[in-house]
Amino acid sequence: MDKTNMQHANDVNVIRKKHMKLFFAGVIIIALVFGAGAVTNYNHIEGLMSIPAAFQWLFANMMFSGSTLANLSNVLRLLWETILISIVSTTTAAVFAGVFAIMGSKLTAINPVVMYAAKLAASVSRNIPVVAWALILVISFGTNAATGFLALFFATFGFLVRAFIETIDEASGDTVEALKATGATYPQVIAKAVIPEAMPQMFSWVLFMIETNIRSATLVGLLTGTGIGYLFDLYYKQLNYEMVSLITLAIVIAVLIIEWISNLIRREIL
Amino acid sequence: MAVKTKERPLATQPAKKTDGIVFPFDLEKQEQQENGRSDAPVIMSVDNIDKAYSGKKKVLKDVTFDIRQGEVLSIIGPSGAGKSTLLRVINRMIEPSDGKITFQGKETLSMKGKELRSMRTDIGMIFQHYNLVDKLSVFENVLHGLLGYKNSLQGIFSLYSEAEKKRAIEIISELGIEEQIYKRCDELSGGQKQRVGIARALIQDPKIILCDEPIASLDPNASKVIMEYLRRISRERDITIIVNLHQLDAAKQYSDRIIGLNDGNIVYNGAPDAIDSDAITRIYGSKLDELIVE
Repeated sequence: MDKTNMQHANDVNVIRKKHMKLFFAGVIIIALVFGAGAVTNYNHIEGLMSIPAAFQWLFANMMFSGSTLANLSNVLRLLWETILISIVSTTTAAVFAGVFAIMGSKLTAINPVVMYAAKLAASVSRNIPVVAWALILVISFGTNAATGFLALFFATFGFLVRAFIETIDEASGDTVEALKATGATYPQVIAKAVIPEAMPQMFSWVLFMIETNIRSATLVGLLTGTGIGYLFDLYYKQLNYEMVSLITLAIVIAVLIIEWISNLIRREIL
Repeated sequence: MAVKTKERPLATQPAKKTDGIVFPFDLEKQEQQENGRSDAPVIMSVDNIDKAYSGKKKVLKDVTFDIRQGEVLSIIGPSGAGKSTLLRVINRMIEPSDGKITFQGKETLSMKGKELRSMRTDIGMIFQHYNLVDKLSVFENVLHGLLGYKNSLQGIFSLYSEAEKKRAIEIISELGIEEQIYKRCDELSGGQKQRVGIARALIQDPKIILCDEPIASLDPNASKVIMEYLRRISRERDITIIVNLHQLDAAKQYSDRIIGLNDGNIVYNGAPDAIDSDAITRIYGSKLDELIVE
């Protein structure tokens, strides 16, 4: 009897300790929030209070009129260009990423040196954000569509290599073993086990990156002076808020349409 | 090491119709063939195999045994005893740390490239999780068994000859899955998937088929069908079947010889009938009545 009581007391102690930890973690987080506000001169209460006023201003200034719609064709042309660049850069990156992922997956790597080299290349291009890529490349390539293409390409490439490696590892481990056991050669194993097993998931990742890149392309265009981002920047600096809201709306609708299409495709292939 | 198993009650029960076993099994012929398993020629000898994965812990310790042509050899033992490793050492999916394996008069551990591939075409393999390419059809999966005979380009572009395709269809119908032939493998039941696995191994025209826990993921009925197919294959085609099993009953019922593995050591090597409680204790480290037997 005594023993079980002791046990019980121990359990209560463990739970109490856990609660104390949780409590202190909460206190620390709240302290951090207010500490950061104090350092940066930002008042959280005031910040929240200003939201309704900000929305009021938005509605007053950004509702566009019929005269703005006359520019729609121009907006659509540049939006189309932006969408095409993001699709081309994503698919090109996907081809390269496919090769690097096969090199970089433990399952299909030819040798460890190549494997780590492939992983490193992917890691470097992934960990430089797309904005940084755009700024770096704009210096050497100037403001043109190629710069935007390359910036999206590198960022996408890095991400896709990682996603593809995980897909390969997850999808095809068992089948790779089975085909190797039949005496299949390395290219046969890749073509007959890895690609059929991993392809649908990889394709899904490519669709996801196309969606993401249409959003990023707007930002990149802003920096490299091309596409819809450039147009946005132009009108924004002219304080032409009606045009800005038209462009924003067009981008949102385009992204929704692309998302809808890629969901349809995804449902078919998965 | 007299291997005579006269009584195999389950094998003779006519449960075959329900699961569509196509070729009826001639029992008299079976009895005739069973005599003389023990003097069949040795096709592979495994000598003093050691395997350590990393560090000092050995998974296999000085494992030595012979494999005879056409026998059904079960490897039993607790989880982690080294059964799967031993099986994969035989076709060199895992490299042993030390020892020697002779297959059809040739030393296999020094083989490389083409020679290694050709050795693997002589050894089929089936798996607990079937290891089929789920996105492809039964037919394509079975044809994968021929990849070892093809060069890379022929394999990649699926250049199989008319005769090879006919053979694939023959084997598929023999295993009773001809209705599923164009279905994707993820639409099949476990028992059907395992039959595709067997078909993929058979089309290799192997001397040995390695089976890694072939029935561990199947229900009792499907398990029985698979085990009977395996034994039939061994009898009719004179192919050696080496099978890792968790089920002691199945091992006793279907095999010509049992090897018991415990902690990387062979602790039993003999006829299924001769396994007594003492041997069980050596293999599983506990008494028979403490074990859950089906």
